[in-house]
Amino acid sequence: MIRVQRLSKQFNGQTVLKDIDLTVAPGEVIAIIGPSGSGKTTFLRCLNLLETPDSGMIQVGDIQIDAGKPLSQQSGLIRRLRQQVGFVFQNFNLFPHRTALENVIEGPVVVKKTPPQQAAELGRKLLAKVGLAGKEDSYPRRLSGGQQQRVAIARALAMEPQVILFDEPTSALDPELVGEVLSTIRGLAEEKRTMIIVTHEMNFARDVANRVIFFDKGVIVEQGEAKALFANPQHERTRQFLGKILGRDGQA
Amino acid sequence: MEEAFQLALDSAPFLLKGAYYTVILSLGGMFFGLVIGFGLALMRLSRFKLVSWIARIYVSFFRGTPLLVQLFVIYYGLPQLGLELDPLPAALIGFSLNMAAYACEILRAAIGSIDRGQWEAAASIGMSRAQTLRRAILPQAARTALPPLGNSFISLVKDTALAATIQVPELFRQAQLITARTFEIFTMYLAAALIYWVLASVLAHLQNRLEARVNRHDEEPRR
Repeated sequence: MIRVQRLSKQFNGQTVLKDIDLTVAPGEVIAIIGPSGSGKTTFLRCLNLLETPDSGMIQVGDIQIDAGKPLSQQSGLIRRLRQQVGFVFQNFNLFPHRTALENVIEGPVVVKKTPPQQAAELGRKLLAKVGLAGKEDSYPRRLSGGQQQRVAIARALAMEPQVILFDEPTSALDPELVGEVLSTIRGLAEEKRTMIIVTHEMNFARDVANRVIFFDKGVIVEQGEAKALFANPQHERTRQFLGKILGRDGQA
Repeated sequence: MEEAFQLALDSAPFLLKGAYYTVILSLGGMFFGLVIGFGLALMRLSRFKLVSWIARIYVSFFRGTPLLVQLFVIYYGLPQLGLELDPLPAALIGFSLNMAAYACEILRAAIGSIDRGQWEAAASIGMSRAQTLRRAILPQAARTALPPLGNSFISLVKDTALAATIQVPELFRQAQLITARTFEIFTMYLAAALIYWVLASVLAHLQNRLEARVNRHDEEPRR
């Protein structure tokens, strides 16, 4: 359902992504891990063209973008792709001038032209789903970081996307708020939603993801079934990275 | 004192007629200035260098030359090129073009101050550039733009007095005419000044109300 072929990107002459191939099956939850600067966030942002790849192909469902061609000529296609690809940002990026509910229904109403009443109904349902029933009329400023991120997740869900991309969704949160966001994402995984999650939360990646991908220096160094990869990494770089993050004894 | 009061009363219809033109020029200048300025701001933000440069040069010219000179070029200069304008339209064009330059810079700065994440969030739900501007960026940019826009509008109200020099029978011109007839210089000009003050105050009040409105999502107490 999602296919990425030979995706490459350079930035100021430096290779950020090199010939990345990835296929994601429906219902699959993928965690992308790796040191900062490894290209994992850039890769994720390339998937919905927030970042412009230099070359390669991105396919979501029946929508296919050829990054080798000028993107300005494919803008209609890109908008269609983005409707199919939800994105949850590290810094939430909620619209501060809109209430939680308005944030959630913005996409359906403006982009999909869903009748406002029907969209509001959907929005309420989604806010309840992420545990924010009763916060419909709150402006983002009045919500905690964890609540804001859950509104952002509801906003992504409201477009009924085929896949949701999470860019370090808990990195900007106070430690005590991380759990509520992770358990929301865990809930989505249990519904067999297709997700790609860039994260530093190794326990979470191991428990929730079906597959873990280790990025380093713009390439996929290693990937595999989540528990297997954490228990028995094949590559030296993966071992070093996990060793550093998880501590010397390798326990998460 | 009583005489002065009587004079002010007698002159009131003339002054109010002048004030009417002042209001027309002010509102017209604000409206067209804002519309043209918004277009220019979009040009400034364009990806195409040439488009952006045209707007840049426009702004540089209209901010870099005296408004009085601009009015003279339009009213006294253009007829030499075969374009004759009545005083009121000439003044309206002059004020609009001048205001547009200031509005452009204010709007450009306000739009530029919005976090890139807002554009990205809108893009990520499939919104077009135009939808993003209208729904996400401009409502937020308005907050930033309102105070400086209000300042510029208030300046415009006062600058409309310059239209007296190109035969527009606005407030200051009326005061001049009455003064020439009655020699009550102090009373007349003071009366005109007071009317400008009232107009500017009304505008300042509207600006405050509008600012409170666009800032309403800030008003609730923070967590």
